[in-house]
Amino acid sequence: MEQVETLNKIEVCNLQKCYKERRAKKRFHTQCEAQEDCRVLDGLSFSIPAGCFVCFIGPSGCGKSTMFRIISGFERPSGGKVLIDGNQVTGPSNKHVCVFQEDGLFPWFTARQNVAIGLGTNSNEAHVQETVDEYLELVGLAGFGDHYPHELSGGMRRRAEVARALITNPEILFMDEPFGALDFVTRLQMREEMVNVHQMFDMTILFITHDIDEALQLGDRIIMLSDRPSTVAWDMELDFPHPRDLSTSPLKEIRKEIYYKMGLHVAL
Amino acid sequence: MALRYFGFLLIFSLLVLVWHLVVTLFDVPEYVFPKPVSVAKAIEEMIQSGQLYRNSVASLFRVTCGFYMAVVTAVPLGLVLGRKSHLRIFLNPLIQFLRPISPLAWIPIALMWFGIGDRPAIFLIFLSSFFPLVVFTTSSVLSIRTTYLRVAKNFGLNGLDLYRKVILPAALPDIITGIRITLGTAWLVIVAAEMIAVKSGLGYLIIDARNSLRMDKVVAGMVAIGLIGLVLDHIIRFLERMPSVEWSRLRR
Repeated sequence: MEQVETLNKIEVCNLQKCYKERRAKKRFHTQCEAQEDCRVLDGLSFSIPAGCFVCFIGPSGCGKSTMFRIISGFERPSGGKVLIDGNQVTGPSNKHVCVFQEDGLFPWFTARQNVAIGLGTNSNEAHVQETVDEYLELVGLAGFGDHYPHELSGGMRRRAEVARALITNPEILFMDEPFGALDFVTRLQMREEMVNVHQMFDMTILFITHDIDEALQLGDRIIMLSDRPSTVAWDMELDFPHPRDLSTSPLKEIRKEIYYKMGLHVAL
Repeated sequence: MALRYFGFLLIFSLLVLVWHLVVTLFDVPEYVFPKPVSVAKAIEEMIQSGQLYRNSVASLFRVTCGFYMAVVTAVPLGLVLGRKSHLRIFLNPLIQFLRPISPLAWIPIALMWFGIGDRPAIFLIFLSSFFPLVVFTTSSVLSIRTTYLRVAKNFGLNGLDLYRKVILPAALPDIITGIRITLGTAWLVIVAAEMIAVKSGLGYLIIDARNSLRMDKVVAGMVAIGLIGLVLDHIIRFLERMPSVEWSRLRR
């Protein structure tokens, strides 16, 4: 038992989340019975080994983001527990960095100042500038350091945010639909770069997406959540080398299977 | 920019033209409402005697002192109240109770405490600006997007660093809007306060002119108040264009 816990980076045990009726009514008034608390997560359990790139898919509104906020320490679960490295999560930490669904760059800072936030306060100026430039270059933003977020395109803002997360050298990177708001081509580019990032840095990545192709192309593993109250509907390993061609046979079959499990009967 | 000044000149010349036409057409006597020409003459007279300059400076000095004191106390208080909900629960009723009391209602007390002179007027300006500024600042802190606060928490920002790097800059655009509105109110209040409490300033100038039945000087005083108000607003709008504040206008 002990050994299993040390092997896995993240251990999620029987996670429950209910919102109180008052709040639940406001949020999901049509779907909830008036008398009952709104159950978002109902006994979610899984474990993730270190260095794994896990993609979470599931119907919209099924509680993926709620699960994320609990694992990253921003919200308390109503029941169950989350262990990271065997320790219970009590709050957010800069070893476990999130890239949120909404734009998280500080608009009052330049790209450079934003990325420097990731380094914290106790380092000397020259070292900070050097490291920040290095990471800006890594995400392809060399020369844009002095631009404010509103002067950058959507894709560039996301890159800056990824740089800010990477500069902390996190053990876990949480990404909640990071590329959902980007155009198709930019999204494909970002996908490619995420593969590179995962190969360069030794970290565990938890990645929520709506895009099934994105999950198939990126994930070492795909966890599919059921509709609310959420449980693990399907958990599968994808042991294919990168870059992946989604039109080849095993991946094509898996995609079909996912579509089928999500209740979609579209011609592929 | 040129268009803006052109529009400004156009609308004011139109105003003066209509004013002149109405007063001459209906043959309004000077003591009811003076002609633009006599007001211009009064302004010239008051500029030459130094009256206009002296009284404007007196009013501006009081507004600057009182308003500055209000900004340096109300903004920090609002920043703290916006973050500490238990403190807010205690202090908010008190602030909401004091806020609707017109600063003019404080005039008797201000005179008792501070006597005659600049100090009661400065106190009234402080009162008129302090409460709205606290409320503006508190609500601008409360409306900071949760994502920014989560990011700050994620990167371990806390204490003074959190205020310096996230809370203050995120709330600043709204605070500056609050400052702009409050400064307008302060300028309104100073004129009223000077009509009662002191013997200098633009408010005093107007009351003094009325007592000697010089309606041309009364309107000249009003013109001066309006012009200075316009300039003050312009100065604050410069703040809105600072690069660290501009984002809130440029974002979508």
